[in-house]
Amino acid sequence: MSFEPVLLRNRGVPDVQRLEVYQQRGGYRALEKALRMSPAEVVQVVKDSGLRGRGGAGFPCGVKWTFLPKDHSGPIYLCVNADESEPGTFNNRILMEEDPHQVLEGITISAYATRATTAYIYLRYEYGRCYRTMQRAVDEAYAAGLLGRNILGRSDFHLDVYLHRGAGAYICGEETGLIESLEGKRAWPRIKPPFPAVEGAFRKPTIVNNVETLACVTHILDRGADWFKSIGVPPDPNNPRDLGSYGPKLYCISGHVNNPCCVELPLGVTARQLIEEHGGGVWKGRKAKAVVPGGISMGFLSESELDTPLDFIGPTKVGCLGLGTAAVIVIDDQTSMVDVLYNSCRFFRHESCGQCTPCREGTEWMTKILARIRRGQGELSDLDQLLEIANGIGITPGTTICGLADGAAWPVKNALTKFRAEFEEYIRHHGRHHDQR
Amino acid sequence: MAILTEAMRERIRAYLPRYPSKQAVVLPALHVVQDELRCVPLEAVREIAEMLDLHPAQVQDTLSFYGFFRDEKHPLGRKRVWVCRSLSCMLRGGEELLRDLSARLGVKPGETTPDGRITLEFAECLGQCEGAPCLMIDDEVHGPLTTEQALELLKRAEEAS
Ligand SMILES: Cc1cc2nc3c(=O)[nH]c(=O)nc-3n(C[C@H](O)[C@H](O)[C@H](O)COP(=O)(O)O)c2cc1C
Ligand code: SF4
Ligand code: FES
Repeated sequence: MSFEPVLLRNRGVPDVQRLEVYQQRGGYRALEKALRMSPAEVVQVVKDSGLRGRGGAGFPCGVKWTFLPKDHSGPIYLCVNADESEPGTFNNRILMEEDPHQVLEGITISAYATRATTAYIYLRYEYGRCYRTMQRAVDEAYAAGLLGRNILGRSDFHLDVYLHRGAGAYICGEETGLIESLEGKRAWPRIKPPFPAVEGAFRKPTIVNNVETLACVTHILDRGADWFKSIGVPPDPNNPRDLGSYGPKLYCISGHVNNPCCVELPLGVTARQLIEEHGGGVWKGRKAKAVVPGGISMGFLSESELDTPLDFIGPTKVGCLGLGTAAVIVIDDQTSMVDVLYNSCRFFRHESCGQCTPCREGTEWMTKILARIRRGQGELSDLDQLLEIANGIGITPGTTICGLADGAAWPVKNALTKFRAEFEEYIRHHGRHHDQR
Repeated sequence: MAILTEAMRERIRAYLPRYPSKQAVVLPALHVVQDELRCVPLEAVREIAEMLDLHPAQVQDTLSFYGFFRDEKHPLGRKRVWVCRSLSCMLRGGEELLRDLSARLGVKPGETTPDGRITLEFAECLGQCEGAPCLMIDDEVHGPLTTEQALELLKRAEEAS
């Protein structure tokens, strides 16, 4: 079954980054439609669509918007999370580089719905091309009366959009780390509650949404909630906690495939389909040993778990943390999981903000233990030690402020359960008595 | 003696109307200074603090949180090159690219060539994993690249600026 792309429909269209071309292809029609509705009606449409956040946590977008205090005197802020730094993930970049006005239209509609009067696009510094493309789009939109005061002639709708560049820190993607960083402070995530919708940027009600989430909003307004719900996977009636996985999703495929790429597909495609049908298969005629289902934080699927549907529930059924960013990283059967896990732990040690001791020390210890194993000085007891640390850090056990620690722990937990034999083998082979190698 | 030029101050002041607090201008201000001076000297920290009605320690606190900014003892070379070492790149030769560039440029990650031309850095995922292994020159990512291609690209980037 072939799927007609929605979010990527303008990909490759010459000059679609320019407002004129975007409008010729139906752009800003959704905004006009939204402005004929009341903000509350727009919120309702987004709620009805079942849209869940694309930034990693999968929280229902419309529901989050209803957490804003009613009749607040303002200002209300919209923070666009464009910090995209989860290893394996690059779909926000593609959206901003290739179709900036689609993102901007979603931002404008969402600001109207939430009554936000300022939107900050928190953009990771490394996305220099996005920065310049988005800034041009913002400038064009102001000149055309699509941003600024009295948008599209409406005396009651004003919105300023500013790009705010980060400085190379993964933790700025966590929504309250983002807010602290925006405020000019170190990006230490906040204890919640209060949630940003109640008290966020500059102590005002704030909605934080991912770039892809906001791009979806554009199409939900254009085509309706029912259209959105006709794509993807409805909730499992036997699981009251399943909120469904509706809509199109940008899946990133990288690592050991012939054709690393970003594809748009209905939520619920399997990892195997992504690898075989879109990634061109595992490279060099090899087999996959392990696959990261949604950014490194989510852990690993083993080969036998590749038929897991990558919707919001699927990965959790095989012990992964979740769908995350739907960024699939393929690891072939010639690669050592010890090396892979070391790489993962080193990332989180580098990116821990250091605020919670279990995270700061835990990521450090896990990295050191894996480095020791790789040096050939590992012992079998190290594996239990690693698991004990991993089980002790994160929001899951309740010892840390944010989910970075869970993301650091999950690859360790999955690797040491699903690939334990390989770790044991590695330690026996490279163990202390082989030190002289 | 003032280290921030009037042009730099002007650029920093232009950010003020965007935010409800002056402190929010710290990060944009640090970028302005490092873009111009290739580092953020302590005197610049003091002057930014004065402009934004902050204590210098508040600016220094933010600065030091982000590994991105350099003090005056460690200024950046004219080009800053970041080689990605995260998983998608590692699986396709990222660590080798970093090691080889380090050898060819004669500097370790974090260091600048003695002629002040190039600062080499390692990076975590640059968000261009479909182009692994990749690297970033200033703020644009390129990949996939062999070591030779990377050196060639770097040469062209130096000539272009
Ligand atoms: C350590 C950490 C890093 C995160 N990084 C990002 C990120 O780069 N981009 C993003 O959209 N969300 C990121 N998130 C999730 C955000 O906290 C937040 O849930 C999201 O931006 C909400 O937007 P959404 O509901 O539209 O997905 C991160 C979370 C954690 C714990
Ligand atoms: S869990 Fe880690 S990254 Fe998150 S706030 Fe605590 S120390 Fe910082
Ligand atoms: S892992 Fe290198 S760009 Fe993502």
